Amino acid sequence: MPRLLVLTAVFALGTGAALAQPDGMVLVRGGTYRPLYQSATGSAEVAVAAFYLSETAVTNAEYLAFVRANPEWRRSNVRPLFADGGYLRHWAGDLDLGRARPDQPVVYVSWFAARAYAAWIGRRLPTTDEWEYAASASETRPDGRREEGYTRRLLAWYGRPMPRSMPPVRSTPANYWGVYDMHGLVWEWVGDFTSALITADSRANRDANSRAFCAAGAVGASDFEDYAAFLRFGFRGGLEAHYTVPNLGFRTALDAPTSWLPCPASSASPFSWGSPPSSPHATRPPPPTSPRWISAPRSRPPRSTTTTRRGRRTPRRR
Amino acid sequence: MTRSRLFLLAALVALAGALTLSACRGGRVSADGPPAVLIADAEVTLPPIRGEERAVLTQAPNVPPPITRDYATRVIVEMETVELVKELAPGVEYTFWTFGGDTPGPFIRVREGDLVEFHLTNAETSTVPHNIDLHAVTGPGGGAEISMVVPGHATAFEFRALKPGLYVYHCATAPVGLHVANGMYGLILVEPAEGLPPVDKEFYVMQSEFYTAGAMGEPGLQAFDLDKAVDEEPEYVVFNGRVGSLTGENALKASVGETVRLFMGNGGPNLTSSFHVIGEIFDRVYGEGGTAVNQANVQTTGIPAGGSTMVEFTLDVPGRYTLVDHALFRAFNKGAVGILEVTGDEHPEIFNERMGSGEIARAGR
Repeated sequence: MPRLLVLTAVFALGTGAALAQPDGMVLVRGGTYRPLYQSATGSAEVAVAAFYLSETAVTNAEYLAFVRANPEWRRSNVRPLFADGGYLRHWAGDLDLGRARPDQPVVYVSWFAARAYAAWIGRRLPTTDEWEYAASASETRPDGRREEGYTRRLLAWYGRPMPRSMPPVRSTPANYWGVYDMHGLVWEWVGDFTSALITADSRANRDANSRAFCAAGAVGASDFEDYAAFLRFGFRGGLEAHYTVPNLGFRTALDAPTSWLPCPASSASPFSWGSPPSSPHATRPPPPTSPRWISAPRSRPPRSTTTTRRGRRTPRRR
Repeated sequence: MTRSRLFLLAALVALAGALTLSACRGGRVSADGPPAVLIADAEVTLPPIRGEERAVLTQAPNVPPPITRDYATRVIVEMETVELVKELAPGVEYTFWTFGGDTPGPFIRVREGDLVEFHLTNAETSTVPHNIDLHAVTGPGGGAEISMVVPGHATAFEFRALKPGLYVYHCATAPVGLHVANGMYGLILVEPAEGLPPVDKEFYVMQSEFYTAGAMGEPGLQAFDLDKAVDEEPEYVVFNGRVGSLTGENALKASVGETVRLFMGNGGPNLTSSFHVIGEIFDRVYGEGGTAVNQANVQTTGIPAGGSTMVEFTLDVPGRYTLVDHALFRAFNKGAVGILEVTGDEHPEIFNERMGSGEIARAGR
């Protein structure tokens, strides 16, 4: 009997712990979104299961705690296979931030390092779909991409030169989900940063936009005017897992258990840790029969409901 | 068969074999010596590479000196992509994305058959990755596929300059329109093996547009405007990356009697240029930057977006000659104006402006 009580208590506590929001993370409810690129056999809309996402990017202070506890990830010890020569270049020493501030997002970290940090705290990196889905929110709506000025604000950030000093996390307002700085601070690693640009037919990789450049990058994109997404996909296309970049950081994610049944298929890939293996195609409708960018109906209203591009009847936004 | 006939037959076979061998693939024996062909059976003949040199890169409107060697060499080109705030027009600033800190990027001059070793670095201060697509490259993406670099990284690739001509290069990272609209383009000249005819002055000018959120002339740091770019309605159409780059003390200079060659490029990203020099006629036009003079005595020539042209003309009369895009509102309202100052002796037998002027005489009263 006591054993049963103990087991019940542990079970209850465990459930409670699992259902409580993890520290510093917010729940992003499941939904669908339209990725910029999709493989030939995927559909236009992708389902994203609910997940937890950290409110901010990982900071210098948080990463410092990680390297304190894991000497193999200190700057002088890290293996070149896992991080190139720029690893933690902005710090003064292995455990010395120097002029870097504790509340700035950590940068100059490779994908391997980011994954190791996430695993150390029992989390993982978000997938591309999860990241893009959460990032498409504005301050007031889960999908803010059609809001007036949304793309313009993003392009304004991308168009500015790098600030002299990296701003701290929470520099930009939280979006609908309560997540800060998805745009306007640093680029962020995702678990499957290469998967968006690889088709199911790996033999055709060379032909299939493997670097998302020039005209090839335009073919197959779902929204030619989502320049901010183009920029992000372009950035990911130039990365390799051991690269460290001055303005590339990361944040962490965690599966949100919504039921005792196996999680519905997220776009999990072999590269993301901690998520249950599932078929990416399990819940998607059958693929369209013709190239999507030619014939798929627009799932959103046209850019302006009163004019076509040629005849401008409304005054131009200045 | 008798022995002598056998011997004759053997000799004939040997001779046939020898002739066949000497005429086999690649063995083009000439009186001049060993064949210059290295790769047999290819569609293209590649001359052998001798030595190496560092490319001389110049900033517009200057051009590297003509190539004097008569052999192909390894040319090492090193370029860095830099993002920086610069003046687009008086009082107007813009965040330029550039090759080498300038818009347009440096002028690269190589010779037909050269092996170009291209090193591309992306400055640590950049926000986005960059790459390069040179229209002179025969190969995937024009080099763009292999040359993509994120900030703080570098890459290198090689290509043979197979075809002579004047080619545009530009950044081709997604979204390409944005990278080009922000100033990432330039020209590479592949001289034909025999070189270009000598001229007195060579200049490098590149037309392009800028799509700013503020109207033309609005002061301050301007952001890129995607709507205007998609609608192909620029606020600025300029030569060499800014209003006033070729006017006032920056005007091009030449003398009466000199032959001038203009290497004209059009970075776009959208508009085609109707290029004209007010007061002059192009004696020879290498249409679209190719290697053939395909027209003589031309007033206005087209430069496609992402294309080029080479024009040559001899200066007969001193004065101020104005380079324009003859789509006139671009020239006079958006900045597509440059000046060529020509000094020297007057030639009133060609152009006489001193005939006198006054009011019209009226008959009677």
